[in-house]
Formats: sequence, structure tokens, C-alpha cells
Amino acid sequence: MLDSYLQLAVAETFLQPTGPIARAQLDHLNYVVILTCIAIVPALVALPLILFRYRRKKAGDRYRPNWDSNLGLEVAMWGLPIVVIFLMAISLWSITQRLDPYEELGKDPLEIKVIGLDWKWVFLYPEEKVAFVDELIVPVGRPVELEMTSDTVMQSLRISALVGQIYAMPAMTTKLNFIASDAGEARGMNTQFTGRGMWRQKFLVHSVPTDEYQQRIAEARQSPITLNEQTYAILAQQGTAEEAKTPLGITVLEGPLETQGTATVVAERDVPVGQGIAMRLPEPKIFQRVLARYKTGVPMTPETQPGSPSYDPAKASLPPLTAVRMEM
Amino acid sequence: MLASLFGRLNWDSIILVKEFEDPDLQLLITSGAAAAIPLGGIFLVLLLWYLKWWKPLLGWLTSVDHKKIGVMYIIFSVVMLFRGVVEAVLMRTNQAVALNGGFLSSDHFNQLFTTHGTNMIFFVAMPFLIGLINVAVPLQIGARDVAFPKLNSISLGLTGAGGFLITISLLIGQFSTGGWTNYPSYTGKLVNPGPGVDYWITAIGLSGIGSTLTGVNFAVTIYKMRTKGMKFMRMPLFTWTALATSILLIFAMPPLTAACVMLGLDRYLDFHFFTNDQGGNLMNFINLFWMFGHPEVYILILPAFGVMSELSSTFAAKRLYGYTSIVAATMCIAVLAFFVWLHHFFTMGQSTTVNAAFGIATLLISIPTGVKIFDWLATLWGGRIRLNTTPVIYLCGFLVLFVLGGFSGIILANPTLDYQVHNSLFLVAHFHNVIIPGTLFGILAGIHYWFPKMFGFRLMESYGKVTAWLWSIGFVITFMPLYPLGLMGMTRRTVDYTDPAYVPLMLVSGAGSLLLGLAFLFLIITFWRSIVNRKQLVTPIGDPWDGRTLEWWTPCPVPEYNFAVLPEVDSRDAFHTAKERGDAYAPIEKYEDIKIPSNTYFGLIIGILGCGLGFGLVWYMWWMAAGSFLAALATIIVYAFLPEREQVIPAEEVRRVDENWRREARETYGVTRDDEITEANKGLARPDVVPG
Ligand code: HEM
Ligand SMILES: [Cu+2]
Ligand SMILES: [Cu+2]
Repeated sequence: MLDSYLQLAVAETFLQPTGPIARAQLDHLNYVVILTCIAIVPALVALPLILFRYRRKKAGDRYRPNWDSNLGLEVAMWGLPIVVIFLMAISLWSITQRLDPYEELGKDPLEIKVIGLDWKWVFLYPEEKVAFVDELIVPVGRPVELEMTSDTVMQSLRISALVGQIYAMPAMTTKLNFIASDAGEARGMNTQFTGRGMWRQKFLVHSVPTDEYQQRIAEARQSPITLNEQTYAILAQQGTAEEAKTPLGITVLEGPLETQGTATVVAERDVPVGQGIAMRLPEPKIFQRVLARYKTGVPMTPETQPGSPSYDPAKASLPPLTAVRMEM
Repeated sequence: MLASLFGRLNWDSIILVKEFEDPDLQLLITSGAAAAIPLGGIFLVLLLWYLKWWKPLLGWLTSVDHKKIGVMYIIFSVVMLFRGVVEAVLMRTNQAVALNGGFLSSDHFNQLFTTHGTNMIFFVAMPFLIGLINVAVPLQIGARDVAFPKLNSISLGLTGAGGFLITISLLIGQFSTGGWTNYPSYTGKLVNPGPGVDYWITAIGLSGIGSTLTGVNFAVTIYKMRTKGMKFMRMPLFTWTALATSILLIFAMPPLTAACVMLGLDRYLDFHFFTNDQGGNLMNFINLFWMFGHPEVYILILPAFGVMSELSSTFAAKRLYGYTSIVAATMCIAVLAFFVWLHHFFTMGQSTTVNAAFGIATLLISIPTGVKIFDWLATLWGGRIRLNTTPVIYLCGFLVLFVLGGFSGIILANPTLDYQVHNSLFLVAHFHNVIIPGTLFGILAGIHYWFPKMFGFRLMESYGKVTAWLWSIGFVITFMPLYPLGLMGMTRRTVDYTDPAYVPLMLVSGAGSLLLGLAFLFLIITFWRSIVNRKQLVTPIGDPWDGRTLEWWTPCPVPEYNFAVLPEVDSRDAFHTAKERGDAYAPIEKYEDIKIPSNTYFGLIIGILGCGLGFGLVWYMWWMAAGSFLAALATIIVYAFLPEREQVIPAEEVRRVDENWRREARETYGVTRDDEITEANKGLARPDVVPG
């Protein structure tokens, strides 16, 4: 009973890293904590001692009402924080450069395009010609590069056990590079507030051996559902991935949540972090066309803007890439 | 016709009507407690009507006396704090039981954190501090009033208008759900067409202008109105921090006002500053917001530092250690505050060099901040600390807890770590950890300290101490669990969660928030019991704490003109020096007529028109918006041509009052610090004999 409370189901945090970046972040956290303690522990220890020693009843002849400066003490007071901060600044500089989320972590990274929607993530594998909703499958040991945008308001994609987070913003792209060193599952989610269903916008990252990865991709290619303009417009409606299943024509089976196995459409309705949706992706330019939507020179309307309460999938078509009129 | 008269306002916008037609427990819970404020307001108006208290109330509302304006700011903030605390407790208790769904719907929860955050920052913390600055600064520098008394009253009016708008949103329509930061494009017209965001824009826009004007007013007051001999390096520390805050207000509020106006243009006139399409870019809003937002946190913390400086030296009965260091550190912080805003969005995809530069700039701020902590400790060192007083409890709570808040701030300053804990409860824990033990403790301690200056009697120490302990313990229990929760991945602004691992800590935090609710209750009880017992608590001679700075050199309550004769200053703790010399209350030969500005309706009118402008804009009642705006312009022009009206208090009257006070001070025996918190304390400090 108790251990169900203390045990996180999947790698939820960078305190349980499953990749080298999160591991380096954890090490840096420890370093920062220890270094800062050098400066603050003296203050925390001194206060009770001072209060005790100089309490009114007992201060007696230790009372020195006019004492208000001391050069040596002054040097120490400025010196200690300066030294601590100097040391920390050095490590801050180097680790920030080293853990650049834009830097590819090796040759030939797996390129995945990510579109943030209300309240689900769409992961496009253009080369493999498959896509997953709220499910990310990556091969262990191979660098991964996510290129992200949002097709609604700003979001923030975080995979704690692997790398951390970066915003995904409409009409813009950002990148997040990571590599999974351990096989297993990690939690990914949107951390930026985006309205009613934001806290359901979570997904599982499966880090799997290469052969299993190939197998899952192959299975996804057999999916009965295709990601095209029509199904994309349905996904873009406000709602979680679970809620999108019925309009997509997926039968949601009741039953225990199976997190292993392939990303299939089987999921229990009551489990909020259910299984993702695997889709075929015959048209790999969807990502670019989502970006193009905001650059045609034609203003968005409540009917065409995903995230708007009056969004209407029937009216919101994605423009062809040739419609782009503006550069940003 | 009627439709255009009421814009987009209809019966269903009014919450009570909606509640009547379609009773909804949810809505009742969330809006019920807080709706007590507007309903209470209406009740109060009727009560005043009945009691025929209009006259004195108008006397206050039209006053330009900095002390009265300060008191009005503070009363306003206490009322708004009530709402903020109720909302906070609701959110915390909801999350405590929110595994797979709590008792609040997400829409209500979203409004709660938005109004809580907006309200606490703009209508609690800021007006509280501005109120304290109003009460104390002119007294501390030996001035009769602020540089621009009428402007002061206008600032109050505009703040009140903002408060009116955020409060009325409880009854009519609803407030924004976009958080206190209100980022587009979530708050754009396409995604959120309702009146909520417009309430945010108008409330923040109006009160922001008021705050800018306050900044101008106090910067000029402190530059120009210091009494003879009050050199910069003799100013009390609270005045120094008020100066730093004023400068920050002048430079930090305009970006916010600009962001509000631009977001308003996007929403009302189809501009594209921050929209997704047509070349708009939401990142510009985020930058503008935090160009305001980061200096804002120093606007909130510096005056609290000032209060703590005053308290540490007064209640340790000792000179402030490292005055020059603290002044230098304060000004360093004020300047650096403008160069770190980007740390609020390390995760926006800019280059690592930019992130590292801003991360290091952020680390730099912790140097002067750390120095200040050491300086306060050194001030206590070698003193005679009165541990049995309320302000000392706040001071100690501040010193311990604020250091922990700084600790987590240093963690957040590291971009690589921020990638992990950004938007998590770790962040929520961090900013409450600096804002509650820092700003709020500073405010509450400051109110306790200067209360006799405002009202002529002390607050009861017995209740005061319980209150201070409750805030401290409640804070620890509520917010410390949020650090591990944040590290475990729990995000902010979430109505519920699915991970059972969060439950135990969430329960602890929820219980803690009940203690904080109790702390607020005890704050009110402290006021109430002290008012009931005020006869025993009076301190007419004006120096209940053996103070060191000029404000204690006046009777309590302070006369309208502050000082019968403006004091001359020859040292840092001038009043203390005079007491040591023994001539603090010596008779004065020459008195002169004193001119003080008369009451004016200017600020009140601008405030009311501000309410009209905001309300009209929110509900598309264009006649009301345009009418209010034009009327406000006309008022400003008319008042510019009206001759200054002044009230003259004849020298004889001043002499009578002042001589009485001085005589009483000379003839009273006074109390030592041992009897400070007893009824014997009439506000005269007897020199302390140091035990062998
Ligand atoms: C009385 C004790 C307080 C409690 C129990 C409390 C509790 C909370 C809670 C539960 C939240 C929402 C956290 C979330 O997003 O998950 C919150 C947010 C916030 N609080 Fe407080 N709070 C308190 C006092 C204050 C004070 C004194 C201030 C400022 C002066 C403040 C400023 C804020 C701000 C700015 C937010 C962020 C709102 C947003 O997400 O946009 N709080 N607080
Ligand atoms: Cu961007
Ligand atoms: Cu900041």
C-alpha cells in the first residue's frame, strides 16, 4: 500500500535519470547545492547563536551599541559570496554550453517533428512515414532531435528523466536534443498552462532497443489510421488524445492499461495517461504546413485557429507550402 | 438601443443571476467566499449611509495627507489579502485531495490562480508597501508631506480603480484564466474572446499608471524634501530602499503598461503585436512582461529589506551594522534588477550564451543580497535583542526563511537546472519562499512597528506574536513540501494530478495552508482586540520602541503637519543622538504658521472615472469608456487651472499643541525596554541602564 505512494510508476523526474543529459543536470544540482551551502550554513548557524548570546536579559557587558563596522568582517562578508558565486558562475557557464538543447548529440540523429496541440502532442517521423499521438518511441543509444512547434498557444515540452524542457511556440520552431541510455519508460508532458485540459497533456517516452524500435515502426505503418489534413484537423480540436479517439473512429476498449507492447489504439477510457495513437504518415510535410498556416498573409479567424472555442475542423484547412507570403 | 447601451453585458454575465437560474455548487464555493468582498462593499456603503458617516469618510477619501493616504492603501490591501488568502487555501485544499480530480473544476481553479497571483502582487503586496512608504518616508526625512500631494491621491484613486475591476469580476463576468503573467496567444482574442482578459488588462493598466506616478512622487520627495542636514548618507535605510523602489517603479512599470496597451490593441482593434499570425510574436510580450516583472520582485523586496534594517537596529538597540555596505548593496540590486529578466524564460530556445550570461547576472544579484543578510546578523551581534516582541519574530523568520528562498533562487538561476524545474511547483515554492518571508513578513512587521504612528496606539503583542508564529510555521508546512514535489515533476497551475506519489506531500501542504488561513484570522483578531483595548495601548508621546529615526520624534498619532518645527539633523540616527544628549524634548522658542494643502476631490474623481473607463472597455460599453476618458481629461485640465488651495494653521495653535507634547514628554517618567510591551509604555523611552 505505502510503496504505491512512494514509487513513481515511470521515470518521472531527473532525480531518476535515464539519459546522460538528465544525469549531468542531476550532478550539477548536487554541485550547486553543496556550493551554496558554504555560504548559507554559516548564516543559519549564526542566527540562533547570536539570538541566544545577545538576548536582552543576558547581553550584559557584551552590549556594544555603537559598534557598526569592521574592515576585516566587511571583507569577509563581501568576499565569501563573491568567491562562491565566482565558482558557481564558472560551472554555470561551462555546463550551460555543454548541455545545449540545440546541439546534436552525435552523427545522424533521429529527427522527429513535434506539433503541440490542445491538449496532446503529435510526433511525426517523416523518414519512417509514421506519426504517434501522445507516444514517443526512441531507440536506445541513438541521438534524437525534436523539432517543435505549436499549432495553438505556447506550450512547453518536458521529458524530465531525459533532458528537461523547451517551449514550443506557434509560427516558430525550437529544438530539443537528447539521447536515451537506458531502456525503459519516461514521462513527458506539457508544463506550460494552456487551459482546461493542460494537466492531461502527458505522454510516455519508450526508449527501446533498435530491433524493437524497428518492429514498432513497422507495426505503426500498418495502422488503420492515416494522418492527413482531415484527421489532423480533428486532432487540432481541443481535447486530450483519449477524447480524439472516438472522432477518429477508434474503438476504445475497456481493460487494463498496457504500457508495454506496441503503440496501439487499445486503452482504457478512465486512465488519463492512456496509450497513444499510431498513425501512418503518407504526407510528411504536415509540420511545414502547420508553420505555413501563420505566414500566408491571411489573418486567422476563430474558425481556423486551433485552440479557439469556435474552431471548426471543417473550415480549417492547412495551406500548401506555396502559400507562404511572409518570413519571420 | 438597449443592446448598444450595455455592450456585451447581459443578465447572464451576472454571477448571482446565473447562480439563481442554474444553481451550481462549484460556482458557489469558489465565488462565494470571495464574493463577500463586493457584497460587503455594498453593505458597507448602506451602513455608512445609515450611520451618516459620509462626511468623515469623504474627509478621508479626499485627503492629501500622506499618512491618511498610506492608511487607506493599507486598509485596501488587508481587504484584498483576505481574498488572496481565501483563494490560496481553496487551491491548496483542492490539490490535497485532487488525485484524479478534486472538488474544483478546472475552469474555477484556473481563475483562482490567476486572480490570486494578480491580486496578491498588484493589489496586496504593492499597495501595502506603497502604504508603508507613504506613512513612514516623509516622517523619516523630516518633511511635512510628499512632493506632489494631489498626485499621491490620484495614484491611490487609480490603484483603487484597478482593485474595483478585479473585485467586480467576481460578480459580473469572470476574470482571466491566463495566470498573473497572462501570456498571449492564450490571452489573444481568438483563444479567449471573453471579458476575463480585458479585466486583467484594464485592472493592471490603470493601477500600473498609478504605481508609476507613485514612483515619480517618492523619488522627487526623497531628492527634494529632505530636512536640513539630512544628507543622503544620513537617510534611514527604509528611506533608501523606498528611493530604490521608486526608481524601479519609474523604469519598470512602463514596459508593463505598454504590454497591456499592445495586448489591448490586439484584442480591441485587431492589431498583430502578439498574435500567432501576420508577423505577431508572443515572445515580445513575454520580454516586456518580465522587463517589468523582474524589477517588480525587487520593488516588492527592497522596502521589506528596509523594514528589516530598521527593526534589526531598533530591536537590538544598536546602530545598524555596515550602513554604507547596505546602501551600496541596495543600489547594486536596484541596477542589476534590470539585467536579469531573461531568467524567467531560459526555456524559450535562445542560444546558450545568452542563457549563460543572464544566469550569471542573476547569480551576481545574490552577492549584495547575501551581504545584507550578513549585515543584519552583525547588527544583532553585540546588541540587546528583545526576543519577546512581535517584530523580532518576523525578523528571525525572515532571516532564516529568506535565506532558503535565496538558495532555491540560485538553483533556478542555472539554465540547465531551470530546464527541469521551470513551470514546476519548485518554482512556486521558490517565489512564495521569497515573497512571504520577505515581502509579507516585512509588511506585517512594518505595520506592527509603525501602527502607533498611524493610529496612536500599539498593537497587542500577545496576539501579534501568535500571528507571527502562525505565518512562519504555516509557511514552512505549506511550501516546503512543494520543493520535493517540483523536483518530482509536478507542474504548477494544475487542478489535479494522476500520480499517487504526490499525495502525501500534497496533504501536508494543504494542512499548512489552513494554518496560513488561521494566521490571517489572527491578524484580524490582533487588529480587533487592539482596537477594543486601545485606551490601554496609547503611546501619545510617540516613541514606543526607543526609535532612532525622525518619525519617532513626533507625537502619536502624528499631527497633520508632522513636525511643528522641521528638525535639523546632524547625524545618522538623529533622534537617538538627541535623546542621548537629553534635549530631544527641549522647549522651542519660535513657531511659524504652517501651510498645508487642502483636501481635493481630484484623486477620487479620477479613480471613479478610471472604474468607468475600465468597466466600459471590458463590456464594450463604448459610451461609458469614452465618456469616462473624456471626463478624466477634462478633470485634469480643470484642476490644472484651479488655484492651489491651502489651509493655514496659525503659529499659536502649533505652539499650543507642540508645547503640550514637549512638556508631557519632559514630565513623564517613561519606561525602559523591560516594560516596553506593557501598558506603562506611553511612548517615552527612558535611557536603558546596562546591567553589569
Ligand atoms: C497566504 C499564503 C499563500 C498561499 C497558501 C498561496 C498559495 C498559492 C497557490 C496554491 C498558488 C497556485 C500554485 C499553482 O499554480 O499550482 C499560488 C500562486 C501564486 N501566488 Fe500564492 N499563496 C500565498 C500567498 C501569496 C502571496 C503573499 C503572494 C504575493 C504577494 C502570492 C503570489 C502568487 C503568485 C504570483 C502566484 C502565481 C499565479 C500564477 O500561476 O499565475 N501568493 N499561490
Ligand atoms: Cu519563439
Ligand atoms: Cu526574475
